[in-house]
Amino acid sequence: MTVQRGEVFGFLGPNGAGKTTSIKMLLGLITPSSGEGRLFGRPLGDYGVRSRVGFLPEHFRFHDWLTAGEFLQVHADLYKIPSQRAGKRIPELLELVSLAPFAGQKLRTFSKGMLQRIGLAQALLNDPDLVFLDEPTSGLDPVGRLHVRDIIRSLRERGAAVFLNSHLLSEVEITCDRVAFIKHGKVVRVADLHTIVDGEISVEVRAREINPSLLGDLSHWGSSICLEGDRLTFNTPHEENLPEIHRLLVEQGAKVYSFSPQKVSLEDLFIQIVGTEGGL
Amino acid sequence: MSSLLVISRLTFREASRRKILLAALLLGLAFLAVYATGFYLINEEFERNVTRNAEFFQSQMANFLMMAGLYAVNFLTVVMTVLTSVDTISGEISSGTSQTLVSKPLRRWEVIGGKWLGYCGLISLYLVFMAGGVVLTAYTVTGYFPGGLAEGIALMWLSALLLLAISFLGGTVMSTLANGVLVFGLYGIAFVGGWIEQVGSFLQSDVAVNVGIVSSLIFPGEALWKRAAYEMQSAASGLAGGMTPFSAISVPSTAMIVYAVAYTLVILALAFRNFHQRDL
Repeated sequence: MTVQRGEVFGFLGPNGAGKTTSIKMLLGLITPSSGEGRLFGRPLGDYGVRSRVGFLPEHFRFHDWLTAGEFLQVHADLYKIPSQRAGKRIPELLELVSLAPFAGQKLRTFSKGMLQRIGLAQALLNDPDLVFLDEPTSGLDPVGRLHVRDIIRSLRERGAAVFLNSHLLSEVEITCDRVAFIKHGKVVRVADLHTIVDGEISVEVRAREINPSLLGDLSHWGSSICLEGDRLTFNTPHEENLPEIHRLLVEQGAKVYSFSPQKVSLEDLFIQIVGTEGGL
Repeated sequence: MSSLLVISRLTFREASRRKILLAALLLGLAFLAVYATGFYLINEEFERNVTRNAEFFQSQMANFLMMAGLYAVNFLTVVMTVLTSVDTISGEISSGTSQTLVSKPLRRWEVIGGKWLGYCGLISLYLVFMAGGVVLTAYTVTGYFPGGLAEGIALMWLSALLLLAISFLGGTVMSTLANGVLVFGLYGIAFVGGWIEQVGSFLQSDVAVNVGIVSSLIFPGEALWKRAAYEMQSAASGLAGGMTPFSAISVPSTAMIVYAVAYTLVILALAFRNFHQRDL
């Protein structure tokens, strides 16, 4: 499994599947019991490459006796960012995460969402080429989430890779280019989200007087065909098929009351691949 | 700035922000005020009542009172060392604060090393301030100045660093509370062992002396105080064989000091190794 430059990569799996553990291994916080990984071609645990990496941990706990500005300065120092650049970068980031008015306030007084935002700013101090975000919106309100989505997009536009752990499938669906599904510590499938979203469509039709020979013709267009009473369901691989299928139904004399195509959502795919056990 | 210095400065700033510096300073001043008042009043009484060999007895009294003050300072330094440092590693590991630090481009030893430097600085300041206050009181009131003061203070300092090293090592393997129990437990063993050795030496019981020596091998902190007391006490109070906690009958050897230095270094090295290897 490889994550490319300029790619937003989602890491999905039920609780306890090993998502956070994987990120921690990649960052050298945990030593892998077996296997190997590389960051920018260097083996895991190489501290030098971390100057190109940003990380927002899942449990964003920081030295809460520091003010927001001091907190960013300490981490800029740890990134060895020259003071002149840090002096410019820190106000920019505070602005970016909408915390500029709180720069002089101690982190102890911050709400959960504010802490998560300052944590995000901390992860971007060094203009990283790779950012690990572990549940980056878990403490945020809808506006905050939207904002983080924009930040992720701008990172991608800049050519950075974003490695995103998230429970929120709808968010992953919107932000990610590719996703990996992980179960019991193993990657079970890597999927391109553009293909999933543009791809298979499930259709539910409510119609009477459906001619049985129609079902045979329908099999040219789709799969998983099922007729129960006046409810007909099937899947078709392309959206372009829909007008043809509709015409076929009408031409064969079916009385169509409703025709509802639905894209296969990431959630469906998640349940399909990972199963329902454990839940999110 | 090197990461080591960033972390040590952070340690200092934490002590200051958490009002530890202020509390230590104010209570230290209160301690010295009480001590100086007591010293002054006793000396007044002494000068009124003792007329024969006044100079000799006054220096004996000043030495006794100074040793009592330094004994209290030694104990306070021990408590300060343990209370301030016991949570610094385990607390940051369990809260996840260390994840943001260690994922930066720095080596893990720099985190422990920086904290070590920071705490060494804090403890040294405290010890110099308190012991300096006690010695200065004795000098101002009676003009008495002990021989072997530098050696004595250095040994008290070493004893505090020894505890700090144990507190660091404990912090890398166990919870804050367990670590506190461990450090004070070791101190307790050495304390009791030291007394058994003193009494045994007074009663010329080899077995009791050996118990003391073994307890000093387990934790040489108390032996360092005994040696410090020996260095600073006047020759006469040693000869008089007074059974006080501030004087030493059975004097720990130079080999015990070397052992204590080696002990500190080994413990500290183990703390570095554990933190380097452990999952965060």
